Parts: sequence; structure tokens; C-alpha cells
Amino acid sequence: MPDNQKFFHSVYLDTDKCCGCITCIKTCPTQAIRVRNGKAHIIKEFCIDCGECIRHCPHYAKQARFDHMDALENYKYKVALPPPSLYGQFNHLDDINIILTALTMIGFDDVFEVGAAAELVSAETRKYIAEHEEPRILISTACPTVTRLIRIRFPELLDNLLPLKPPVEVAAELARQRAVEKTGLKPEEIGIAFISPCPSKVTAVRDPLGITNSSIDVVLATKEIYPLMLSAMKEAKNNPMEYCLSGKIGVGWGLTGGEAAGILLDNYIAADGIENVVRVLEDLEDEKFQMDIRFVELNACPGGCVGGVLNVENPFAASSKLKHLKKYLPVALSHPEDFPQKTDIALTDEITYEPVYMLGTSMLESINNMVRLEKIMRVLPGLDCGGCGAPTCKALAEDHIRGKGDVHSCTELLRRYYLYGEDAFEELEEENSL
Amino acid sequence: MNSNDSLHFQYVVSKDDFTHAGSASSDVKNKLKMMNVDAAAVRKVSIAMYEGEINMIIHAYGGTIDVDIYEDRIVMCLKDTGPGIANIEEAMQEGFSTAPADVINLGFGAGMGLPNMRNNSDEFNIESEVGVGTTVTMTVYFSS
Repeated sequence: MPDNQKFFHSVYLDTDKCCGCITCIKTCPTQAIRVRNGKAHIIKEFCIDCGECIRHCPHYAKQARFDHMDALENYKYKVALPPPSLYGQFNHLDDINIILTALTMIGFDDVFEVGAAAELVSAETRKYIAEHEEPRILISTACPTVTRLIRIRFPELLDNLLPLKPPVEVAAELARQRAVEKTGLKPEEIGIAFISPCPSKVTAVRDPLGITNSSIDVVLATKEIYPLMLSAMKEAKNNPMEYCLSGKIGVGWGLTGGEAAGILLDNYIAADGIENVVRVLEDLEDEKFQMDIRFVELNACPGGCVGGVLNVENPFAASSKLKHLKKYLPVALSHPEDFPQKTDIALTDEITYEPVYMLGTSMLESINNMVRLEKIMRVLPGLDCGGCGAPTCKALAEDHIRGKGDVHSCTELLRRYYLYGEDAFEELEEENSL
Repeated sequence: MNSNDSLHFQYVVSKDDFTHAGSASSDVKNKLKMMNVDAAAVRKVSIAMYEGEINMIIHAYGGTIDVDIYEDRIVMCLKDTGPGIANIEEAMQEGFSTAPADVINLGFGAGMGLPNMRNNSDEFNIESEVGVGTTVTMTVYFSS
């Protein structure tokens, strides 16, 4: 992966496939897409890489950037980090070791389960909760889309973020240590590859929050590894190696409620699906939960990580399969005290507010612009038709004020002008409010 | 615009409309978040106004909320023509509630409405007359 870039995004547009329809602008939870000149454009400050546009684009024009197997070529020793969601992709599977063994047959020298690291993070979370008796509700930092959403829309909740690394980063650090111990190679000669279920985790490696640099070298997509795995698994079935180090808790992290279950308390909220996540965050922000809650687990994708757009299997089928797989597993197989490698699970960097939605740089400018916004809103038809290329009339008005759009692109007002000769903006233009 | 000019919004809160309860405070919150207002002030405003909005629905047959945003502060004036409050001092006590049972079942009526409004505003004024109505004015200052 190249150097860190602020507001890097895995999600991108395949311009040739985009026909300029308004499907994606309507499904984007942060209103980060505009159609301009017949093509969709992503506003990079607003995008949180949730993948909803990829999920909904009928023309497959929204894509995710990720690495391919050849990115591992220059490493002397290659370690795969499979997430629990990967285990839910395959049919008729009753042993996780078959997947892990198959990974060693398609080009990896070793595997380190993200689920194993997840159990260590769960243990650390329990410790953190026990040591911090304050009434502050903790919000999980495992889903990078949720962290990014909080960073741009819910500044007041930044203090509530659980200051622990996501399991995938812990897995990468431990995997590298273990590989160095095993091989005697230098750390940089080890290639750590995460098999991602979503674009958001690709972004989290390139532009991490809460840590300075990611320990992951390469991010592959589940959907690209899947076909390679199928044939290898046929062979691995005959003689699976004993690699599996994740129990019920670790495997459960791939499902909504899994991380919360790992804290072994029942006063938690677990919500999945980006719209539900927004709702919970809004209510948390307004302190509307008049109940005893200690922990909030939020997953942008429906069903949790099994719902990621880089997966192959239907999220609900994958969820059922994961439940089956973890049914007879021990509660946890990875415990901090008997884990040979050690790492600091705490986040190292502060996650700070990015005020991307501001209407002005000062309060006075903001008030002036809000006055203009209200005036423009009274003129716009309020149909939220998307014809102008912005998702709502309000988004168009805000674009206009930020100098990123023009209210004259409203197709409904254009229609009225054409049919009835009404110039809706005449008055605003005269008083210089546009 | 000079500092005495304000940005004005009016919200009409209708009686017993629980499904829309909180929509006015949520709208104000979202506006403030786009306007360089510090997060702590945004939070105070949204809590104070939310409680006021709920009160208007539970006790006062609805009413109007006038919001004025200035460079340094926000003033929220909540006016209803409800039954009025006979003993304001008693109503301001934490835990004092006259909410009906159906409202309590919805999770409201803990007797924290008015105290929360006062605790989350920098200036708080309440005037009430039995049979005429109640007017609450709350001001929250922004930190520069």
C-alpha cells in the first residue's frame, strides 16, 4: 500500500459503466455523491466508504479498490489474516481449519485469524469497562465506517469511542511478530495480507484513524480469494491442519451483536445497517436512551461484517452458517495470558472532528449562509427528485452556498419556467441572496 | 448583518403527536452543527429543546417554538396555551411529575423535563398562568 492519504477512499466510480442515474445519490447515507455532466462524482470529504453505492448501483459502476495476490510477490513470507465473515462464505463446512489450511495452499505461508485477535480485543474491552466505572457509554471502533461517520457527523460522541484497536490491526501486529520468531526474517520481509469483506477496511489501512500507520501490507477482497479457495478447500478437506484459534466469541465478531456478546454483559445495544446506525448515534447524541447501557456495537453493514459488499454469500445465509460453525466451539480459544506474542491494544492517536458540513468559517458567515439557505429552500420545490444531481433540494441549496453547485440546475423549476414562464429565483437574484 | 440580527425559525408542535416528538429540536441541532457552534452548546440546546418539545405534547396541547440564533447565542421561546402550572417551584423539582399513565408507559414522565431544561440552558425563564398557558425562554451561549 502507498503512503497514507487523508480522505483516501476505496470506493470509486467506473466512469464507463456509470449512466448518470440517481440510484447512488439516493442511497448514500452521508450525501456524498452528485451526478454532474451525466456521471456520478464522490465528494471525498463526505464519503465514509460504507459501500452502499456499490450495493445499490444497478450498473455495477461503483467499485472498490483493493490489492491483488501479486502485491504479495515481493515478500519472503506471506501471512493471511482471514476475518470471521470469510468462514460464512462456504457451503457444507463444519471445520474452520479447512479454510485456514486452504489458505496455506493458495500462496500463504501462514494464517493468523482475525477472530483470534478479536478474542484478545474482547478481553481488553472487558478490562477497560471494569477499570472505567464512569457512566460514559462506549462505542465500538471495530467498524471503520462507523468511526468515520462519527468523525464527520457526531463530534460530541468522539469521547465515547472505545480507544482500542480493531482486531484486524491487532492480528497484523501479532502475526508479524510470530512470523519473525518463526523464520528469523526481518519484519519488513513479512507480507501481512488481510482478506477484507468491505471497502471500508481497505480505506482503514490506507488512511487509518486512531493509529499512525496500519500494520497491514496488503488488503485483498474476499470475492477475489473465494474462487481460489474453492478448489483448495476440496483438497484441504482430506487433511486439515489444526490452525483454528478462535472460539465462539472470535467467530461471533463476524455477526452483529458478536462483539457486544464478547464483553459478557447484557447491557448493550447492537445495531446494524447504516440507517439504523445513524439513528442510534442520533439518539445517543441526544441522550435519549434512558436506560443502563455500557456498550454500543455498531456495524454499517446489514447483519454485521457478513453483510460487507466484498463478500460472495448472501449476508443472511452467511450469518446462519457462522452460527452453525460456532455452535460447538469453546467460548474463547485465544486468551491474553497464554498468548505467546504481545502487543499494545490501545489506540495511539486521537480521533478528531472533521467539520466537513460547515456552512462558513465563522459564526457570522454561517448565520448569513444559513439565512441564504433558508431563502433558497423556500424557492426550491422540495420534491427531492434528484434531477439536479444532488440527493435532496437541501443538498442542492448547500452545494450552491458552498460554491459547489448551482440552484439553476433544478429541473422542476426549469420545467415551470419552460411551461409557465415562472422565474422562481428572480426575487432572490434581485436582493443578491443567491 | 450585525450582531443584533438573528436567524429566526418557528416550529409548530402539535398535541399528542408522539411519533414526531423531537423533530423540531433535531432540526435545530442539525442546523447548529453546520454553523461553527461548539459541540457542547449543540448538545445543551438539543436536550433543553427536546425536553421542552415533549412537555408541550404531554401537558400543553402543543404550541409554538420560536428559535433565534445570534452570533453568540441561541434563544428558544416555547409558548403554549395549555393548562398552565399552578406551582412552578414544585414543577421545577427533579422527579415531580404530573404525566398521565399512558405517557409514562412510553418512557416519559420521569419528572426531569423542566429540571433538564433549566440545567441545559445558560438563562432560563418560565412564566405560567393556570388556564392561560406557559412560556419558557431558554438561552444557550456559544463558546467562541
